Amino acid sequence: MRPRKLLALALAPLIALPVIFSSAQETLKTDPPIAIRAFTNATIYPVSSPRIVGGTLVVQGDTILAVGPDGQVIIPEGAERIDASGKTIIPGLICTHSHIGQVAGGDSTSPIQPEVRVLDSVDVRDTSIDKARAGGVTTVNLMSGSGHLLSGQTIYLKLRKGNTIDDLSIKLPDGSLAYGVKMANGTNSIRDSGPFPGTRGKSAALVRQKFIDAQAYLEKRNEADPEEPFERDLALETLADILEGKRTVHHHTHRHDDILTVLRLKEEFGFKVILHHVSEAWKVADEIAAAKVPCSIIFLDSPGGKLEARDFEWRNGAELEKRGVLTAFHTDDPINDSRWFLRNAAIGVRAGMSRQKALEALTLSGAKMLDLEESIGSLDVGKQADFVVLSGDPFSIYTRVLETHIEGQQVFDLDDPTDRLFAEGGYGAGHNREASGCCFYR
Amino acid sequence: MFKTLFFFALAAASQAQLAVKADLLFTMTGDLKPIKNAIVLCNANGLIERVGPASDVKIPAGYQTLTAKVVTPGIIDAHATVGLSGILNSPKHDQEQLDKSAPIQPELRAVDAYNGRDPLVKWLRDLGVTTVHTGHAPGTLISGQLMVVKTNVPSITSMKDTLIPTSAIASTLGSGALSKSPGTRSKAIAMLRAEFLKAQSRQRKIEAAKDDPEKDAPDANLKLDTLVDILAKKIPLLINAHRHQDIASALRLREEFGFDLILDGAAEAYLLLAEIKAAKIPVIVHPTMGRPFGDMENMTFTLAAQLHKAGIPFAFQSGYETYVPKTRVVHFEAAMAAAYGLPQEAALAACTINAAKILGLADKIGSLEKGKHADLALFDGDPLETTSHTTGVIIDGKVVSSKSK
Repeated sequence: MRPRKLLALALAPLIALPVIFSSAQETLKTDPPIAIRAFTNATIYPVSSPRIVGGTLVVQGDTILAVGPDGQVIIPEGAERIDASGKTIIPGLICTHSHIGQVAGGDSTSPIQPEVRVLDSVDVRDTSIDKARAGGVTTVNLMSGSGHLLSGQTIYLKLRKGNTIDDLSIKLPDGSLAYGVKMANGTNSIRDSGPFPGTRGKSAALVRQKFIDAQAYLEKRNEADPEEPFERDLALETLADILEGKRTVHHHTHRHDDILTVLRLKEEFGFKVILHHVSEAWKVADEIAAAKVPCSIIFLDSPGGKLEARDFEWRNGAELEKRGVLTAFHTDDPINDSRWFLRNAAIGVRAGMSRQKALEALTLSGAKMLDLEESIGSLDVGKQADFVVLSGDPFSIYTRVLETHIEGQQVFDLDDPTDRLFAEGGYGAGHNREASGCCFYR
Repeated sequence: MFKTLFFFALAAASQAQLAVKADLLFTMTGDLKPIKNAIVLCNANGLIERVGPASDVKIPAGYQTLTAKVVTPGIIDAHATVGLSGILNSPKHDQEQLDKSAPIQPELRAVDAYNGRDPLVKWLRDLGVTTVHTGHAPGTLISGQLMVVKTNVPSITSMKDTLIPTSAIASTLGSGALSKSPGTRSKAIAMLRAEFLKAQSRQRKIEAAKDDPEKDAPDANLKLDTLVDILAKKIPLLINAHRHQDIASALRLREEFGFDLILDGAAEAYLLLAEIKAAKIPVIVHPTMGRPFGDMENMTFTLAAQLHKAGIPFAFQSGYETYVPKTRVVHFEAAMAAAYGLPQEAALAACTINAAKILGLADKIGSLEKGKHADLALFDGDPLETTSHTTGVIIDGKVVSSKSK
């Protein structure tokens, strides 16, 4: 492969080329060789760099090998060529807040349950996961609900085809799983009777006391004799991880005062936090920007549904963008169906966001919030080959998701009848895929 | 008399005559194709005076002129609960769409519950929705009445404030209507049939009394008299049914009692296209972006396209949401159907002229023609594209919104 690389460099135009494709041609020599596929003639949004009209994406195995204009990307010999004329390729969509897969967290025994892992509840065969793939979603932060101050540990998943949760989970370099912690304030976590809080003041006090307990626990853990067995407390251990910055808090919050309560908690305990939903972000956008806290937001087709979402506005995205706040979108599926996650970008643009930032909010910004931007979120050489093939402009309602690929594997194909059933709905779409081979209605 | 004339003159003077210029005008007449570079003139009585290409229509002096890239008739939401299910979702305060104290309550009127000042009515109006068919929600066998009202009406001060004060009676079949009793689908149908048999008997007594001065008409009974009106085809029964067996039950009921049926929701209607077509009934399809759970688990985004192909009349609805979004936007639902195979003009027709036809109002609203109400929605691009904005809304010849949303 050496000579080919030299040739590629020799052919490179004299103008400065973006890094994304200048050194892209170093294919891996393996035995047996890893399949290489090249999508050509496509409109490509790498997201980390400007749109390429007439572009080529080369994928080797699970990795992006090259991205660039047709003709400037050398397609290795033996590569499978796929003509993507008229189609658009964007990075796999990242949903920073989803409830697909029948995910569940804490029960009704207490408002703060950091020991609960949602990974112990997920059904990877649930039809909602097939539907998310049909929407171009490749990575999700699966979370428990907002009916607790802290409802459990979330799980970050790649929506690979898999048999168990292990096949979908994301391993960090130290071998541990990638996840965050779900917290909430405001109306949803306030209940009529104890041990749940009855007011916002009580909500904040309960959370603060728990983190103060965790500070003491962390100190004990740091000072513990490594030779002696340490008595673990599952709940405090999770909070201690948050205090150490190992885990991100994903915090449901709507109203301006509740948003500021989260910012105060962050200030007091110094943890990494992402604000979620943030219906009244436009009211306190300066404060959010000053605190340098990212926002994962949702667009609904109307405000309300509860008092704290009454003042929700579509301009949240634009107001946050204006102030340089890292902003991503989420589906909150089933609140918004994963199959039209793309539509969020169009609503963002309608209400004043730039197209670039709206696309980032579906991809790269989410990757940053999940600390996965080294491997996903944009079409860059060396990143995982997570991408979506669209029928047209990502901002048009008429555009359909044609294919979804995760780490080079196609996980959704609109031309496949079963995949299409989950993409569009129809008789049997309400049942998990496993039923498809057996049942009378197919 | 003089006073009356004076007030009439004042009212007329306060309403400017309007000219609306459009790069692309969807009149929703004929073949539904838009006219390029066209003008709509609206008179002081709130009616459309003239429609045509700019080359043919001169704007008279004194007319206020508005311009837009795309203009359509005011959008019609063929089935909503807006004005009854308020923005705060707060029971006893702004949730008036469903009373569960009895399974069959056709006597509950929408006019007694509608709040035209709820912020969601304005939300829809600013987006271009000028007329809503709103009232009682699905959730019991017969939950109450629906009415048709323009979105600029703040309060129902008289029945004249509505287009139709009782436009349909809302019924639900399927799991959505089941509770302790009716606890099964069979029981639900048995209860409805028993009630309609009572109404039939009452109808016979009323008819007999008409012909025979010796016989007294039965005393008024709000509930049964409303059912008699359904049997007499004065009011259609709008049956919300999603599962194919529930749709079949709705067709059976209609066959037995001969009322005018509007099929509502109809998630699995694609399984019974021939039967629905043969019955010659219209369908108000569930929101395209509705959630695929419960009786709607097998819903498809292609339903509207399939109804269109089958030649079954249909319209779109915002429907009823228990949580969020507290109201949907009917042309957004049409847009999503257009993404799944429904032609653009058919999608627009379904939330304008075809909705008007289903509601029996095609002589007044739904298209831009001389003599019809001057209800218009102005856009800066394809009305179905999410990135387009509504730039103006006109109801009865008055500008009710001129901001870009």
